Amino acid sequence: MQISTRHFGVINFCKEDIIEFDEGLPGFKNVRKFIMININLNDGQEDNSPLKWLQCIDDPALAFPVVNPFVFKPDYDIELDNKIAALLGIEKETDVELYAIAVVPEDIKRMSINLRAPLVINVRNRKGMQVILDSDKYSIRHYILGETA
Amino acid sequence: MLILTRKKGESIVIGDDIEITVLELEEDQVRIGINAPKNVSVHRKEIYLEIQAENKRAAEIGKDLPKDILKQSINIRKTK
Repeated sequence: MQISTRHFGVINFCKEDIIEFDEGLPGFKNVRKFIMININLNDGQEDNSPLKWLQCIDDPALAFPVVNPFVFKPDYDIELDNKIAALLGIEKETDVELYAIAVVPEDIKRMSINLRAPLVINVRNRKGMQVILDSDKYSIRHYILGETA
Repeated sequence: MLILTRKKGESIVIGDDIEITVLELEEDQVRIGINAPKNVSVHRKEIYLEIQAENKRAAEIGKDLPKDILKQSINIRKTK
């Protein structure tokens, strides 16, 4: 399968790569299908940086930068509601991958990640959801470069 | 907007499977219990709006991406 994205050009992917967000994301309720891509912005090659992109299939112009939250918050610890686990078909911890959506402003020092509403993805059935945590323990705007000013 | 008056312990049902109960009243705060099917998401409005706004900020980034990376054709590794 192939998609011509606004930011990354033509991307080839497999059906198995697709992650379905049945409810869309807050603010983006009409998009369902995404793929996770790993690309270096400097040379366009794949890389292993913690920054990945959640590229929308339904809207090729839409992509969210995402990170592994544990890289920036090693003690990140969330409790998944049973209802959400059931909705996503999560049976065990190893089914789950977590991502935090990042905001990358022009001033990179003010880059922040949203730890309050992580993306929860069941890697077994490729279903995902942005879960808004009940607890206010984690911030919507967690600054990862140590500059909060 | 439909407006109903309820006392502590009383409920409202919406459709067949959503029930909202007034649990406690305390000065200017109300504790509300909500029973809803698992596919109905329930959020505090101000938090939901903040998350919406933050998602929109996150999606803005694409506008500043260097244009030369658009020329690449990228293959996604098949995930297990």
